[in-house]
Amino acid sequence: MNGMNRRQFFKVSAAMLSGSSMAALGLAPQTALAEVRQYKLARMTETRNTCPYCSVGCGILMYGLGDGAKNAKATIVHIEGDADHPVNRGTLCPKGASLIDFIHSPNRLKQPQYRAPGSDKWQTISWDEALDRIAALMKADRDANFVEKTEGKTVNRWLTTGMLAASASSNETAYLTHKIVRSLGMLAFDNQARV
Amino acid sequence: MTNHWVDIKNADIILIMGGNAAEAHPCGFKWVTEAKAHRGAKLIVVDPRFTRSASVADVYAPIRTGTDIVFLGGVIRYLLEKDQIQHEYVRNYTDLSFIVREDFSFENGLFSGYNPEKRRYDKSSWDYERGEDGYVKTDPTLQHPRCVYQLMKQHYARYTPEMVERVCGTPQAKFLQICEMLASTAPANRVATILYALGWAQHSIGAQIIRTAAMMQLLLGNIGMPGGGINALRGHSNIQGLTDLGLMSNLLPGYLTLPNEAEQELPQYLAARTLKPLRPNQMSYWQNYPKFFVSLMKAWWGKAATAENNWAYDYLPKLDKPYDLLQVIELMAQGKMNGYICQGFNPLAAAPNKAKVLEGLAKLKYLVVMDPLATETSEFWRNAGESNPVDPSKIQTEVFRLPTTCFAEEDGSLVNSGRWLQWHWKGAEPPGEARSDIEIMAELFLRIRERYRREGGVFPDPILDLAWPYVNAARPTPEELAKEYSGKALVDLPDAKDPTKIVRRAGEQLAGFAELRDDGSTACGCWIFAGCWGPNGNLMARRDNSDPTGIGQTLGWAWAWPANRRILYNRASADLQGRPFDPQRKLIYWNGRAWTGADVPDFKADEPPDSGMGPFIMNPEGVARFFARAGMAEGPFPEHYEPFETPLGYNPLHPNTPAATSNPAARVFARDLADMGKVEEFPHVATTYRLTEHFHYWTKHVLLNNIVQPEQFVEIGEALAKELGITNGQQVKVSSKRGYIKAVALVTKRIRPLTIEGKTVHQVGIPIHWGFTGLTKPGFLANTLTPSVGDGNIQTPEFKSFLVKVEKA
Amino acid sequence: MALQSLDIKRRSATTSPTPSVREPSVGAVAKLIDVSKCIGCKACQTACMEWNDLRDEVGTNVGVYDNPADLTEHSWTVMRFAEYETPQGDLEWLIRKDGCMHCEDPGCLKACPSPGAIVQYANGIVDFHQEHCIGCGYCVTGCPFNVPRISKKDHKAYKCTLCSDRVAVGQEPACVKTCPTGAIEFGTKEVMTEHAQARIADLKSRGYANAGLYDPAGVGGTHVMYVLHHADQPTLYSGLPKDPQISPAVSLWKGVAKPLSMAAMALAALVGFFHYMRVGPAETSEEDERNAEKEVSHE
Repeated sequence: MNGMNRRQFFKVSAAMLSGSSMAALGLAPQTALAEVRQYKLARMTETRNTCPYCSVGCGILMYGLGDGAKNAKATIVHIEGDADHPVNRGTLCPKGASLIDFIHSPNRLKQPQYRAPGSDKWQTISWDEALDRIAALMKADRDANFVEKTEGKTVNRWLTTGMLAASASSNETAYLTHKIVRSLGMLAFDNQARV
Repeated sequence: MTNHWVDIKNADIILIMGGNAAEAHPCGFKWVTEAKAHRGAKLIVVDPRFTRSASVADVYAPIRTGTDIVFLGGVIRYLLEKDQIQHEYVRNYTDLSFIVREDFSFENGLFSGYNPEKRRYDKSSWDYERGEDGYVKTDPTLQHPRCVYQLMKQHYARYTPEMVERVCGTPQAKFLQICEMLASTAPANRVATILYALGWAQHSIGAQIIRTAAMMQLLLGNIGMPGGGINALRGHSNIQGLTDLGLMSNLLPGYLTLPNEAEQELPQYLAARTLKPLRPNQMSYWQNYPKFFVSLMKAWWGKAATAENNWAYDYLPKLDKPYDLLQVIELMAQGKMNGYICQGFNPLAAAPNKAKVLEGLAKLKYLVVMDPLATETSEFWRNAGESNPVDPSKIQTEVFRLPTTCFAEEDGSLVNSGRWLQWHWKGAEPPGEARSDIEIMAELFLRIRERYRREGGVFPDPILDLAWPYVNAARPTPEELAKEYSGKALVDLPDAKDPTKIVRRAGEQLAGFAELRDDGSTACGCWIFAGCWGPNGNLMARRDNSDPTGIGQTLGWAWAWPANRRILYNRASADLQGRPFDPQRKLIYWNGRAWTGADVPDFKADEPPDSGMGPFIMNPEGVARFFARAGMAEGPFPEHYEPFETPLGYNPLHPNTPAATSNPAARVFARDLADMGKVEEFPHVATTYRLTEHFHYWTKHVLLNNIVQPEQFVEIGEALAKELGITNGQQVKVSSKRGYIKAVALVTKRIRPLTIEGKTVHQVGIPIHWGFTGLTKPGFLANTLTPSVGDGNIQTPEFKSFLVKVEKA
Repeated sequence: MALQSLDIKRRSATTSPTPSVREPSVGAVAKLIDVSKCIGCKACQTACMEWNDLRDEVGTNVGVYDNPADLTEHSWTVMRFAEYETPQGDLEWLIRKDGCMHCEDPGCLKACPSPGAIVQYANGIVDFHQEHCIGCGYCVTGCPFNVPRISKKDHKAYKCTLCSDRVAVGQEPACVKTCPTGAIEFGTKEVMTEHAQARIADLKSRGYANAGLYDPAGVGGTHVMYVLHHADQPTLYSGLPKDPQISPAVSLWKGVAKPLSMAAMALAALVGFFHYMRVGPAETSEEDERNAEKEVSHE
């Protein structure tokens, strides 16, 4: 049961005064045109995708600014669950329901960056510079350390450079990555299956 | 998962152990809720902590981390003692009647063939006895003292309820209540399912824990059944796909394996993998290995892979040992690695013993990080104070950080835990200059290849010859790549039964792996995915969610490997006459001419049910194995070994055999062994885990998730907090032999002290998720504490059981 | 689900009669929160912030799972976690999604002195209209569940709208849609009440003898209801009031607001004062409450 204490009493009296005063001054009641907030998705472009976090693989609907017209540049402004999806049936967990802040995270990387030996900062470089330099480093290391034969056995392996593949990249990325990695003879190759 | 998410709704009993599905997979967990609502199912949770899953369970039991084999072995003993097993199932669909070799033994915690110096077994005695016909000998009466049934009964006789209580700390009454509930699914029309995750995998005996659970399910006849199975809830969105596509040191796509260096000739390599049946009339599907392998080599090296050059067999690197993550970090720390490429992987945070990873990375000449977000790994050289106390000027590694697209900005497919390949569509352009991983890998490869073309170099052939049939060489499309791994005919393929007919025209996509050939006439980058982009287009993009039988088998939604099959081993859901064990949940059945029903049969489609062909078609036995033969590193029957950092210092099952204290067959590097702590110095048992509000180390970059879980904490039981004088919300320091973290103490009733071997053992919970980049309150990487030792078979690090010391900060 | 009209049933501090001819044929709507199915994942919290374009502060951890620690102008719903040891010695983690209950008899609306700042739609949703809000905070006083929060930024009151914008176009609220386990469901109040009975029967079969529905009569019933395992002890759930009532201060104010004259105002103050003096500072009698109720519901 709620009681009325002394503080409440004075508060309510004050409210009476201020509310009534306003009414007396003709500020109210107007026709109180109360409408709900505009429904924001009405003509946005809906794109079907899959949540990138866990392996439930929930279907998501991404709502993009604009109706898909040539001159409208899409930006995803809202994401919710795909009600047609047999597993999640429209639901999303706290991570899936927050995906919009992943896409627009201030910590998204936007340019290739380089950290020189001994440096304590990043410098921006072009894609061309970055890829050329990495290709040169990889080839030099492969040429210097590739093992063609050991004790008479053909082994054709390169052990001094390794790669960790992702865990959320697409099958297509994974397949191409695997194909390239083995063509180079790399064995120090793993993914995030266990951690 | 042997089954799939929606199928959980068909279960009568659900055991969540070694995982925390409500917390880590909330949207999949809804099918537990549905099973409870629509079948009156009961949920059991066994966990060191009272978790969010436990909060909605019918029964919760505590357990000491790392002792799951004792618990599950105890259940096996209970089922055998009380004879609560599905007899028709185990007699016909498992190896219970198979006879084991006479020289197989188990004494003092060790199986026959142990070599203590090498920490490895000679597994030759771990096998069945063969008859003169070359097939395995059996005793259908199960009376033979060396039949699998008798050996297993004997092995688990030691796992009594008293032993469970002593080792696991689980009260006997709770344990027996759970045994009874599980045993209630022995009748053919009742089914239990198991949902587990890294809570079982991340132990030095992880694979054997999971095996024990599978054995329990086999005894109950729950494998292959709707609502049953043994279900690994995979972590990341496509880690199933990356595993399927073989992105591991020793694998090739579709669980084919790379050759070892001893396998110098292709025929030798193929013969070891083309498994001949061990019993009459068994399918032994790996007999088709050469078809899968040759088709892969044609996809990768095209015209350069010919019968004459053994399909370019020499282009594949040959292994001398596995180069998994732990091995590679060891090599890095020894200064034996020069370069490392991290594609969306944050090893500084994700690999065990952060200090060692840091040391390794600092010894590299170059590091390349491809990621949409600013990871700790990419900034390992940055001084972040106490949580990353490095001196950048002393680190000579060149670091490249390449911005990538995220899910919203690319097309492609992911494989979920239920093995569904689901296509997704791009909704917006990436920020700034970010590029897709496909573009980056393609461009990098083309530049390397161009250098080999121009300058020459060591063994350039596999690089120069790599098939690159993409219309825009620098930008292969996801569609082109998906078609490539799904497979196509390279020439007109005649029908094997009627050579005048053509099954597939040259260039046409294949309908499935049954169409693959070993003569170079087909190309397929991943045989288990064959048909996902078939002659009728991209089946991964299908969106028909109709479920005509009502048991959740939406066969028209996306595509599942293999062959759009949703429940593996589904032949085992029907009896010897081909009738479903449970008429209420019909999965597949024999209609007199063929197998049909609500799923794609995991069996030869026109094989009569009574022909003796077993339902486990990938095994040369045709049946499921209780006795793992040489399949596992530690032994054919799972045995309990203590975590490498044990609060006891001995194995209660083998107190007098120091060699059997912890996994005798685990690979441990000397340096890591020296980095193990002892209970005298680090008296508290710790386990790491995830929280539902966060995903690994990504969501600390995601504002909304930080709002709902902002700051690093560790969970400490009330009793331990009282003992140490720690109050709720206070800062504490948690140290292991490898380092320390500081965090807020969350004092809770949900972790209770356990009595183990008469001693009080306190467990401490350490959520991961925090680090020195991100939008949360900065924190310490939890792997600062964790030990670097992996499971004996697959090298999953022991993140779930180690020793720490908790004190006021 | 376009079955609710958003016609307005009540407006704060407004004397002109509210149009009341149209009534939704299927009755009002309700959100049912089944605490026994809730895993406390906070998806409802983030979905709410996401849909409503709100971002709360990144706070601190003070030794609990509750974050943000309380409702704010940015957090219109929060999960409250309580560890409860049963008399049998078993542990229960009772996790309750807190937020506006959308009372049929809304104390906030009655307390609000600003015309049209708080409205109740015919479908039962109680909505705040910040453009009319004067930031006086009387809705806070008026609320028996301590829900509205005044923004430090614009000095206006905020709370859950039950996603009136989504409901208006036939969608369910954002928290309902996202809830992974189906612990939050949405439909007509009639359907939700029926569904709750089935859930309660299931809970009773699992040993929760006191399972029940929380739809407190003291506020005329609510359009957000709970299924509780221990309906006999709602306070176990982080202090859910056992028998919530509109503060007598508000009843009093409503009783005298209609004349809207300074004279009545003064009289009211006097009457109120005597009421206070007569009944005492801490408690009003149940009868008084009921009378106040009647008065209010007949207005």
